[in-house]
Amino acid sequence: MIELTAKSPFDGMLPLTVGALSLSEVDTGAMTALSARKGQGEALASAFKQAHGVAWPRAGRATGREGCRALWFGHVHVLLMGPPAAPALAEWAALVDQSDAWAVARLEGAGVRDVLARLTPLDLREGQFKRGRTARSEVAHMPASITRIGAQSYQVMVFRAMAGTLVEEVQTAMQGVAARAGG
Amino acid sequence: MRISCPICGERDRREFYYQGAAVALDRPAPDAAAQAWDDYLHNRDNPAGPVREMWHHEAGCGAWLVVTRDTVTHEMLASDLASRVQEAGS
Ligand SMILES: [Zn+2]
Repeated sequence: MIELTAKSPFDGMLPLTVGALSLSEVDTGAMTALSARKGQGEALASAFKQAHGVAWPRAGRATGREGCRALWFGHVHVLLMGPPAAPALAEWAALVDQSDAWAVARLEGAGVRDVLARLTPLDLREGQFKRGRTARSEVAHMPASITRIGAQSYQVMVFRAMAGTLVEEVQTAMQGVAARAGG
Repeated sequence: MRISCPICGERDRREFYYQGAAVALDRPAPDAAAQAWDDYLHNRDNPAGPVREMWHHEAGCGAWLVVTRDTVTHEMLASDLASRVQEAGS
């Protein structure tokens, strides 16, 4: 029998530290996309809360915490990260396993917003994108999901096939920000 | 250039894909006259002023929008979800 070895999306590429900034891989557990069936939005939201103990996120919001997080993931689209989605939710939603589809990284440290400002058109200024906010946007022209998880900490997701490009682009931006800071 | 998405708020133009005039929402009936299909498929006005267009918030929430844009000033005058526009129209 062939023994296959599972590799994480950033295997051998992360963690990475430049001055006060760091980029590290996040093992989120399972990832399941949920899309409500037509007219089932409210029933799904309450069943979801009951099944996973996490509020169904409104547009642009993330709920829960590391280990069990729900991200608004687009128009009528939520991503559950952590436990596998309860199969019973299929009564109200289409469930799609995306566990191996995304590379998930955490970018953090002083100057983190300056790094992201070089990569995404999102308005991340203080007061604009507070903790608990999430958005779909671009990072270095790649489709991405960006979530504020702390004062100086953001979760950045891109398609798994683009993991290497993300590391290269973020590293270049980190080096630019560190150089300007005199680090 | 910034476009206001009803779901995501005001966002950079690079997140959006431009599709064309919003006639796509007024598809003729299958047995409509040839002229109606000709207009739907090929004939477009080219006004100097406000136009209604389909934009896709491709790198954002993924929703299709109907955006009203002034071709003289490039001002973005209004935007709404295409699904809402279509439901209101039918
Ligand atoms: Zn949007």
